[in-house]
Amino acid sequence: MAHHDTLNGAEILLKALVDQGVEVIFGYPGGAVLPIYDELFKQNRLRHVLVRHEQAAVHAAEGYARSTGKVGCVLVTSGPGATNAVTGLADALCDSVPLVCLTGQVPTHLIGNDAFQEADITGITRPCTKHNYLVKDVNDLARTVHEAFHVARSGRPGPVLIDLPKDVIQNKGEYQPPSRVKSKYKPQVKGDLKAIEKAVEMIAHAKRPMFYVGGGVINSGPAACQLLTQFVRMTGYPCTLTLMGLGAFPGSDPLFLGMLGMHGTVEANMAMHGCDVMINIGARFDDRVTGKLDGFAPNSKKIHVDIDPSSINKNVAVDIPIVGDCAHILEDMIKVWKAKQYRVDEKALKSWWGKIEEWRGVDCLSFETSGKLIKPQYAIQRIYELTRHRNPYICTEVGQHQMWAAQHLKFDLPHHWLTSGGLGTMGYGMPAAMGVQMAHPDALVIDIAGESSIQMNIQEMATLVQHRLPVKIVILNNQYMGMVRQWQELIHGGRYSESHMTHHPDFVKLAEAFGAVGLRAEKPGEVDGVIKEMMAVDRPVIVEMRTDASENVFPMIMPGMSHNEMVLGPEDKSRDKPGSEQDGMVLV
Amino acid sequence: MTKAVEEINRHTIAVLVDNESGALARVVGLFSGRGYNIESLTVAEVDPREKLSRITIVTSGTAMIIEQIKNQLRRLVPVHKVHDLTTEGPHVSRELALIKVTANGEKRVESLRIADIFRARAIDSTNESFVFEVVGATEKVDAFIKLMEPLGLSDVSRTGVVAIARGPNPI
Repeated sequence: MAHHDTLNGAEILLKALVDQGVEVIFGYPGGAVLPIYDELFKQNRLRHVLVRHEQAAVHAAEGYARSTGKVGCVLVTSGPGATNAVTGLADALCDSVPLVCLTGQVPTHLIGNDAFQEADITGITRPCTKHNYLVKDVNDLARTVHEAFHVARSGRPGPVLIDLPKDVIQNKGEYQPPSRVKSKYKPQVKGDLKAIEKAVEMIAHAKRPMFYVGGGVINSGPAACQLLTQFVRMTGYPCTLTLMGLGAFPGSDPLFLGMLGMHGTVEANMAMHGCDVMINIGARFDDRVTGKLDGFAPNSKKIHVDIDPSSINKNVAVDIPIVGDCAHILEDMIKVWKAKQYRVDEKALKSWWGKIEEWRGVDCLSFETSGKLIKPQYAIQRIYELTRHRNPYICTEVGQHQMWAAQHLKFDLPHHWLTSGGLGTMGYGMPAAMGVQMAHPDALVIDIAGESSIQMNIQEMATLVQHRLPVKIVILNNQYMGMVRQWQELIHGGRYSESHMTHHPDFVKLAEAFGAVGLRAEKPGEVDGVIKEMMAVDRPVIVEMRTDASENVFPMIMPGMSHNEMVLGPEDKSRDKPGSEQDGMVLV
Repeated sequence: MTKAVEEINRHTIAVLVDNESGALARVVGLFSGRGYNIESLTVAEVDPREKLSRITIVTSGTAMIIEQIKNQLRRLVPVHKVHDLTTEGPHVSRELALIKVTANGEKRVESLRIADIFRARAIDSTNESFVFEVVGATEKVDAFIKLMEPLGLSDVSRTGVVAIARGPNPI
């Protein structure tokens, strides 16, 4: 071992990454980070995935992080390399994904000089990272990296950026191990016991209870998901999950009412609307969930568990807020429930479930099958049925296919569903799947895509092929930006302004051009065949399914409407009273 | 249900942050990015050993917005303490202003008389101008400036509010 002050910045950086448990870096080289790439070349503890666009590097790191619970790591160069990563960082911030993004920077003496490939990336990313750093001295480097990982994974997770001027990574300095770094950043994890006791009492006395659970439980970890499942089953209360929460509670459990919100199920939304006690664990009352705030669960008392105090009373005022980590608080809730020997109100609960079963009876996710056209819902159901025995990881892009996937797939395990929820980033799915496959080389990883979204990061096909990542991409091709078209049909008088792409590549030939496998299904009878064929291939595959272009996602809570005002399908009369765009519900 | 009390109130918030580059930009960016209002903001290092700066922000909003502002501030990594001086008990707040008045004759004399009433000091003087230093609550400074207007007010520089809780306890 060399004397410790003989390390250069790049060596210190890589040593710090290894000490932080990093195994894979997703990145793209460039002038400002060449010294780091030089050190990467000389070692073999850290693997590097060479993407084709920096945005994809960040999404891939998100896929890695969300499927493992670890911190994802990104390395890009200064200027355009860094600015290309911004969308990914914003996505990770919205969905609370722990990342550390390393960006190159021009040497310190050139900062502010409009140097070649210079961008003020700490300035640009201040509002779209959890925190960021500009390292000006090589002796601060190791400490900064350790602190960045601590900040990324602690509390509400999020992306952290470290800007690394070229001279800092070339200068010699001293390494500090993680054990010598003390961070002042210590979010509260234990919940206030008095509030927890009050909450459990309220839960026990509920007549029409409802668990409303979000991605915070998944971020908290597998223990939180287990405790949640235990607590929900102890009470026998109904449970709904947000888009980000799918998998936190088993999708096949009869207590699960499906996803809630704009495209949630009738039973989930009606139960939210009618509940008297709402138990929100790790969800943030997102506008896509609440609909019109004045009409949101109007007669309910609300309990809100969240690790981020700023999520509490932001959109919806709650009766019992509890700040802390879901796992700790759920554990305490179960303890209190047992210690006080609470019993649920069986009679009230029975009548509540009676109501819920009526709503369930609507069978709101049913759709008309067709012998000629592939219904997108049918395609997703077949993917589910034919792949479920392999517990696949499912990623999606953004749009109608994403909603159908969320409605029709059932997840019994956390960390297996990856979608861009908060930011709604088209082009998220394939690179995210890349990251998942890196973390789980033997797993079945599927990206359910639309033909528009997939083209936003289609270049990553080359990355999949180069790194032999056998990701399966199923494109539901309806020739339209489907969700945009749906809103134009329902809200903008059927004027399909710029939502129709009259030209698409031949996706089968495209797959082949990249060196992957291309398959196509044009009739419902061909769907099972291509899914089976795709699974049998140990290479990246694009499956194009030509789907019914007229299909829309239902149920739908129209903009400015409440949970009890869902539109159930194209024939539904309630559609004649469209809401107002002014109530904070707009598509983009 | 959600926004029952819509009354908008002014709050003075004290924030203790690491004195590092970008910390102030984070605070200011938070206010502009989330559409909160800043009426005044002052900042200076207060603890050189721990490298801590104190920011005093005067803002206004509904109770829910003010709570959001405080929680969003607490979320920033370099922020260590956030205290709402308005709600946490009595506090004193002061502002310092430097006010230039350019006048001759009777107006010049009158400006000196008013300055005396406000206990403002003349800290610079030429044959045709004074610079007054006035310290006090925002309202007092406002009143002084208003009175100087017809007398030849030509330039104003204000610090914004600094505030501290009454009594023996630190924030």
